[in-house]
Amino acid sequence: MAVCIAVIAKENYPLYIRSVPTQNELKFHYTVHTSLDVVEEKISAAGKAMADQRELYLGLLYPTEDYKVYGYVTNSKVKFVIVVDSSNTSLRDNEIRSMFRKLHNSFTDVMCNPFYNPGDPVQSKVFEGMVSGMMVQVS
Amino acid sequence: MESLTLSDGEQRYYSDLFVYCDTDNTKKVASNGRVLDLFRAAQLPSEVVLQITELCGATRLGHFGRSQFYIALKLIAIAQSGLPLRVESLNSVKDLPLPRFVVGKNEAEARHAALYQEADSQGIYPGAGVIPRPPGRGLQNKKVTPVVPPCMVQPDSTSPVVSPHQSPPTSPHSWRKHKRQASGGSSAADRPPAVATAPAGVWTQFREAPTGICTPALPVPGDGMWSAHSPPPPPVQETWVSFTADTPPSSAIPAMHPSSVQESTTVRTVASAATTNEIQRQSSAYDDPWRITDEQRQYYINQFKTIQPDLNGFIPGSAAKEFFTKSKLPILELSHIWELSDFDKDGALTLDEFCAAFHLVVARKNGYDLPEKLPESLMPKLIDLDDSAEVSEAAVDVGYSGSPVEVTPNKSPSMPSLNQTWPEMNQANEQWETFSERSSSSQTLTQFDSNIAPADPDTAIVHPVPIRMTPSKIHMQEMELKRTGSGKTPALSESQTFTIGMMFVPHDYSLPVHSNLLHLLTVPRSHSGTSPEALKVVGAAPPPPPPRPHPSHSRSSSLDMNRSFAAGAVAGQPQPGAIAYPPAVPPRPLFPPHGPWAPQAKGASGPLAPPPKPVRRRLKSEDELRPEDEPHGPQRSNLIAAVLATQPSIPRSIGKDKKAIQASIRRNKETNTVLARLNSELQQQLKDLLEERISLEVQLEQLRPFSHL
Repeated sequence: MAVCIAVIAKENYPLYIRSVPTQNELKFHYTVHTSLDVVEEKISAAGKAMADQRELYLGLLYPTEDYKVYGYVTNSKVKFVIVVDSSNTSLRDNEIRSMFRKLHNSFTDVMCNPFYNPGDPVQSKVFEGMVSGMMVQVS
Repeated sequence: MESLTLSDGEQRYYSDLFVYCDTDNTKKVASNGRVLDLFRAAQLPSEVVLQITELCGATRLGHFGRSQFYIALKLIAIAQSGLPLRVESLNSVKDLPLPRFVVGKNEAEARHAALYQEADSQGIYPGAGVIPRPPGRGLQNKKVTPVVPPCMVQPDSTSPVVSPHQSPPTSPHSWRKHKRQASGGSSAADRPPAVATAPAGVWTQFREAPTGICTPALPVPGDGMWSAHSPPPPPVQETWVSFTADTPPSSAIPAMHPSSVQESTTVRTVASAATTNEIQRQSSAYDDPWRITDEQRQYYINQFKTIQPDLNGFIPGSAAKEFFTKSKLPILELSHIWELSDFDKDGALTLDEFCAAFHLVVARKNGYDLPEKLPESLMPKLIDLDDSAEVSEAAVDVGYSGSPVEVTPNKSPSMPSLNQTWPEMNQANEQWETFSERSSSSQTLTQFDSNIAPADPDTAIVHPVPIRMTPSKIHMQEMELKRTGSGKTPALSESQTFTIGMMFVPHDYSLPVHSNLLHLLTVPRSHSGTSPEALKVVGAAPPPPPPRPHPSHSRSSSLDMNRSFAAGAVAGQPQPGAIAYPPAVPPRPLFPPHGPWAPQAKGASGPLAPPPKPVRRRLKSEDELRPEDEPHGPQRSNLIAAVLATQPSIPRSIGKDKKAIQASIRRNKETNTVLARLNSELQQQLKDLLEERISLEVQLEQLRPFSHL
């Protein structure tokens, strides 16, 4: 269950960012922004090797005392960032991976939509529904 | 014509109808289809219609102007009430009910303009009772109400009035009772019977929907025909064409009753692209409001053809984008519609998907909100078409048409309660379902095949004839020669035999490729001429099928075999060892060699012509095979040639038979697996050969010094 989910375009601007509303959204925006540096670093490190060996799932980007940030980058340099609460210790790596996979699949579906111009903010209801399913439920 | 005085209700009604018929917006309506349909829907005998036409002056003018149209409508009303048609009666008849036009079937209830109840409220066409509110007629209603007990007037629109029965009016003029039969319960408001004594005529019910839509009168049940001659039908389900007071002219298109329309003559026209007004308020009230009627579907199909002539093909996303952008809906909504309708998420629209998308566009244009999930009736009935699509193009066409049949039964049961809530699960279920069906079907298929394969070891199966064998004639002859000439060639170890066989490719053993390789490796000099050719040949196509020496246990029965089988009869699989590969995906164990397989090989196989597969032989079998070589050799090559010849002619006409497609898919899959195995086996053989070669060379080296001693 994520606290914040973001989709960042290749040019490093957000295509979609959504956080649990009760919390300070600006903080999450900032966190995601700073995590981009870590993502870039990981990409370039792995990129020295052959591109196809670079795994899409980047794993834990960096933890803070409040939460942990996970990253995932696609082959077209679109990045997904998930922020989860640190207190949520039950969340396993596999679950995070599956969340990213779902995100990736939904994003692909959005891309397949001819009415979507790459680079536009993602406004698909289906995508939002899927993301909502992954976010911490706010009562 | 004489002046025509119309009551308010009539005025409105007629004007809406006129607008509806006035498709060209020229303020005069030619005797076009709509008018005729309308008149036909009035259910009057044709001579009466003619008479009316003449009376109103349209015959003179050649078209229906507004006044002619109104007169005609009034005359229709008169005729329907059973009065003789007279011009004088136009103004004299009071309390004339509005003309009724029969539109759909009994689902009339809905039609009532009422249909247009908030689309939003349900996202579908609400059949919910439209309760006509007779504006300004309330009084009258009340008056009449007591007269006809069953009639219930509902001043408020929202509660559906269920007219419980169809109590027949007692007098011709009296009473149009509406019975809405709601399958769902919403029923239309009944109109108070237009009792002859009622001061005002019958009023129509008006639905105050924001979007005006007039629904054509609902169909009158068979017994309820009103004709000039017959007494009013008693329990007629009639619906009045109703209008919303603020019907914008453009939207005055009668909606079709979704479910019912299908059979009845409807006034509505599916219409042209221009008619985004097509209101599909076909809320069959209780049936699926999103259902597409036949006319609509036909229209969509025609539109599909303009983009993609092949009905079984896809419309690519870009073309669909342009097309739907013309509808002037906002991109966000179009994007949502796309998401809903592109069921298999492939970025292209099939015919069903396109119809669904178009339907949604039209609905949206008419004010209905888009659903969150694709309504069941709009879901494309395709299952594992993507499977078949990938597998064989030829099959695709058939596949599309075929699969719906197959899928639908599964789908419907699984989608029980979808009317309004389309929980995510449904789609997931759908997909899951399709997936499972696919897998199960493939399993059954494979099992079937395996069962079919009679394990008859004696089946004389000549090695599977490789299809599309590449080696040229010369090469083949060469191979044949080798085959006849030599003995074994074991890929393995025996260097002697190997040397002997160097010159010839052991036929029995052989894969043609293998033989080629051997040939290349071992007989470079002597056959140098041919080696390049062999090389070429080899390189040219996937391993040319070795002229199979014998059926004896080629493990990988090549695809040829499968093909032959599959094409011919699904049976015969396992027979030959050569055939080895049963259609089942997991390759079967080698079968003992079999006899001549020639006849079957000719059976020629399925739609694909998989690259010829060399037959592999094992050492032990070689010996067995060897003796059989001669007779088979030539046979094989003949076979091969024959197969090759027939290959192209293999009918791709898998026909529209879904089973055939599935069978071909199966075959193709099997072929693929077989080929893969062959490939691996060949690789192994190659390695072995190389080893042999190396060992031979070493020996040679060893021998040489001695020779020079």
